Amino acid sequence: MRSSSAFVRWRKGLNWRGAVAVASFILLWQLLVRFKVPGFETIPTLSDVFSTFWTKYMLSAKYWKAWAVSFERVGYGFVISQVLGIPIGLLLGTRQMFHDVMFSVIEILRPIPPLAWVPISILFWPTNEMSIVFITFIGAFFIIVINVHDGVRSIKKEHLWLARSLGASPWRIFQRIIIPSVIPSIAVGMTLGIAVTWNVVIAAEMIASDTGLGRLTWEGYVSNTPAVVILGMISIGLAGYLSTKLVDYAEKKMMPWRKA
Amino acid sequence: MADARSIGRIAVKGVGKLYQRPKQPPVQVLDNCSFEIEPAKLTVLMGASGCGKSTLAYMIAGYLSPDKGSMTIDDISIVGPGPDRIMVFQETALWPWMTVIENVIFGPRALGSMSDAEARSKANALLTKFGLIEFRDKYPGQLSGGMKRRAELAQALINSPKIMILDEPFRGLDVMTRELMQEYYVGLFEETRLTTLFITAELEEAIFLADRLLIMGGSPSRIVKAIEVDLPHPRTWEVLTSERYLEIKEEIMRLLYQDQEAELLAQ
Repeated sequence: MRSSSAFVRWRKGLNWRGAVAVASFILLWQLLVRFKVPGFETIPTLSDVFSTFWTKYMLSAKYWKAWAVSFERVGYGFVISQVLGIPIGLLLGTRQMFHDVMFSVIEILRPIPPLAWVPISILFWPTNEMSIVFITFIGAFFIIVINVHDGVRSIKKEHLWLARSLGASPWRIFQRIIIPSVIPSIAVGMTLGIAVTWNVVIAAEMIASDTGLGRLTWEGYVSNTPAVVILGMISIGLAGYLSTKLVDYAEKKMMPWRKA
Repeated sequence: MADARSIGRIAVKGVGKLYQRPKQPPVQVLDNCSFEIEPAKLTVLMGASGCGKSTLAYMIAGYLSPDKGSMTIDDISIVGPGPDRIMVFQETALWPWMTVIENVIFGPRALGSMSDAEARSKANALLTKFGLIEFRDKYPGQLSGGMKRRAELAQALINSPKIMILDEPFRGLDVMTRELMQEYYVGLFEETRLTTLFITAELEEAIFLADRLLIMGGSPSRIVKAIEVDLPHPRTWEVLTSERYLEIKEEIMRLLYQDQEAELLAQ
C-alpha cells in the first residue's frame, strides 16, 4: 500500500508538460545536428556527449578532480565572503561612524565586475589558486554586504521599540532582534551570491587556471572535442544546481519560523 | 492595592512637535497640547487619522521627545522608554522569529526580574488565561489577528507595567473579532485597573471603553475637549443603546463636525 501511494504521489508530482518539452528539446537538437543545419555542423548530439562521458570521463580521476577543485574554490570564496560580508553589513547598518567611513569606499568598488579584478588579482596574490578564490569572493562579497545593510535599515521600528520598552539592553536587542531581523536578507544575499560565485569561478578558470570545470570546458574547445565542451557545460549546470540546493537547505534551517 | 492605584499619573503640558520629513516642508503636528491621564483609569484619546495621536503615544512611551513642553509620569520627566510603560502597536509587533512563549518571556528575561523557569510558568498562566496555551510553541505567523492581539497583551502584562498605551490595537481586525476583543479587553482592564491610554479613531469603540475621553482637534492638534464617560461598569453591549450613550455620542459628533466646518471655512 505504501509503495503504491508513493507511486501515485510521484505521478501527481510529475509535470508531464515539462517532461514533453524537455524531450522535444532533445529531439530537436538531435534532428538539427543530424540534418547538418547551418551552425550545427560541429555540434555533437546528446548521445555523443553521453558516450564520451561513459567511455572516457565517468571513471576518470581528472574529471572528478575538476568537480572537486571548482567546488572548493566556490566554497572558499563563498564562505569567506559571508564571514566577512555579514559583519560588515551589520556594522554599516548599525554604526553611523562606520557607515560614514566605509560606505563610499564600498560604493566605489561595488560596480566593478568581479572579472575586472582578474589581472590585478593575479598580480597581487602569490598563487593562482588564491587569485581565483579572491575573485570568487569578490563576486559574492558586495552582494551580501549590501543585502545585510539594507536588511538592518529596514527593520521595523516597532520591533526595536518594543524590545526597549520591555527593558532589553542594546546587546540583547542586537542578538535577539537585529540579527534575526536580517536573516531573511542574509538568505537573499546568499542565494544571489552563490549564483554569481559559479559564474565567476568558471570564467576565472578559463582565464587563469589549468584545473576545474571551467578549464575542462575550455580544453574541450581548444582540443576540438565539442562533446567535452557540452559535458563541461552540463557538469557546471549540475554543480550550480547542487550548490543552490545546499544554500536553500541552509536558509530553511536559518529561518524555522518561515516554514509555517 | 491603594498604592498600585495611585501610580501612573501622566501629565502633558504645552507639548509641541514638529515633523521633519525628507524633501518636504516640516509639519507642526502638535502644538500647545496639554492633558492629564489619571491613574487606574481608562483614558481614550480620539481624533481623526493623521492628527498626531500616535506621535503623542510615542512620546509618552519615550520613543520620541517633544520639541516644546513637558511630559511627566508621577512628576518624573519622561526620558526614553522604560519597563514602567508598555505599548501595544497598531500592527502586530510580535517578533516573527520567536514562538509565542518566547515572545512573552522576553520582557522578564531581558529585565532579569525572573528566572527562566519562573518566567515560563508565569507566561503559561497568562497564556492559559488568554486561551493561547495550545499555541505557545507556534510562531506569530501561524496565529489569527485576534490571537496575536491577545499574545501581545500577555507579553505586555507579564512585566507588570504601571501604564499601558494601546495605539489603535484593534484596527484591521474583522468586525466580529474586534467586538470580541473589545469586550475581552474591558474585562481585562476591570481586573487589572492599570492606568491606560487607549487610542482610537472609532467613536463607538471610544465611548464603549472610556472612563474618560480626550478629543483631539485643530491644526496643529491639541486636546479640544475632555469628557467623563459616566456609563455604568462593567460595560456590556447594552450600554450602546442607553440614552446616556447617545447623549455623549451626540456631544462628540457636534464637536468633531464643528472642527471640520472650521477647517473648511479656513480653506
